[in-house]
Amino acid sequence: MDESATHEALARVVREHAGRLAASLVSLLGDFAAAEDLVQDAVEIALKRWPVEGVPERPDAWLFTVARRRGLDVLRRESTYRAKLAQLAWPVPAEPDDRLRLIFTCCHPALSRPAQIALTLRVVCGLSAAQIAAAFLVPETTVAQRITRAKKKIAEAGIPYRMPAGEELPSRLEQVLAVIYLLFNEGYLSSTAERAQARDLVDDAGWLAALLASLMPKEPEAAGLLALIRLHRARGAARFDAAGRLVLLADQDRSQWDHKVIEEAIALLVRTARTHRRPGPYQLQAAIVACHAEAERFEDTDWRQIVVLYDLLLALAPSPVGRLHRAIALRYAHGPEAALAELAELDRGLERYPLLHATRAELLRDLGRHAEAHRADARALELTANPAQQALLEERLTWT
Amino acid sequence: MKYVLMFVETEQFARELAAMGEVEREAAYAAVGRWFAEHADKITHHTHLHPVHTATTVRLDGGEPLVTDGPFVEGKEVVSGFAEVEVADLDEALALARSWPACPIVEIRPAS
Repeated sequence: MDESATHEALARVVREHAGRLAASLVSLLGDFAAAEDLVQDAVEIALKRWPVEGVPERPDAWLFTVARRRGLDVLRRESTYRAKLAQLAWPVPAEPDDRLRLIFTCCHPALSRPAQIALTLRVVCGLSAAQIAAAFLVPETTVAQRITRAKKKIAEAGIPYRMPAGEELPSRLEQVLAVIYLLFNEGYLSSTAERAQARDLVDDAGWLAALLASLMPKEPEAAGLLALIRLHRARGAARFDAAGRLVLLADQDRSQWDHKVIEEAIALLVRTARTHRRPGPYQLQAAIVACHAEAERFEDTDWRQIVVLYDLLLALAPSPVGRLHRAIALRYAHGPEAALAELAELDRGLERYPLLHATRAELLRDLGRHAEAHRADARALELTANPAQQALLEERLTWT
Repeated sequence: MKYVLMFVETEQFARELAAMGEVEREAAYAAVGRWFAEHADKITHHTHLHPVHTATTVRLDGGEPLVTDGPFVEGKEVVSGFAEVEVADLDEALALARSWPACPIVEIRPAS
């Protein structure tokens, strides 16, 4: 096995077991921070020893034993914890999967978004602070401090280790979904070169979405997010060319898409819609991506259907950026004039958003208004810091 | 756990309150009264502060104590009252704060 394959295999094993162990230790000790420290210590020891000694036959039992021994050692002064740990023996009595409580605690709204993200990766997925830091291109100390502060806040502010219920659940679930989707985007939007050395957050986000969907079968948005992530991932291979440059949707080689994954994700989406009849932003975004994924060629895209889906999405979750994307669909469904009229209303909210100006430039060019198109591209170029976008815009500016 | 809820007024809220007619204002006060009555079993203590123009601040970090007119931070948001509550955890404190019927901001702090 080469080194990166070993890392991936280890990451998978750790992710499968670290969260479960953390969940049962938090329940046992009633102390989130102490339990998390024990799991993290065990994971770090595992990451040092497994590559040398091989992954044990029962990694869960191995992690459990190390965490328990470590607990008896470091919690010497905490006699109640020691007593609880001492009684604990493998196998831990089978209990329903407790990781939901863990996820909802990590994504509690009283924690900042960066803290929610770091804590979820660390506690639920078993990443080390160093791995999180590498994935987000920030110093390890920043991540370590963020986690320490978050754990302190949980303890001192009295954030409970519980699953929200009733009227609290929808807004809390929204937080969890947002954290997972953000993780996904962070991994998905970074180029392969930037990612080469770091852990692939897309894997972690996909795994978390699958876990959430399996633990919350009554929540269609959890399945919606899972379908959305799978549909994006299925097209991942075609997004960059051999030189690492971004390839636009219209120019992608669709034979490189994973059509089996696309089919399964669409089936999940349809099943979810039929069972629950409760559309939400993630299901609708997934449906929009499905329209693209189903088209054999760019010209075959069902733009009218996409416009309808954007209408539904904007009714549920109004946003200027959503309206801009709807306008882009409108260009293909009803022509550039209709789309241009839409953009006029977005100027106030999105004046500093480069995609608005770049889109306007394309529409004006469609209509033969080249001087105005040139000005709009120039404005977009002023506003973007992304090198790939800059290259594209500079090329366009030389046309007119 | 014990928490203190700090009720924070904004300029806009103060303006709206001032613009209310007698009946409307009575209704607003009555809603606050009902909130305190409803949660009386959890509220251990509460205080309503007089308007910020009555505040005086003493600064002790210089040589001599410095007394100035006004609150310690001049801002558009000012603390207008406190309630000390005894509840199980932050989620319960959050539920209380969510149902607060008056000023638009509530800060929650654990206390001992």
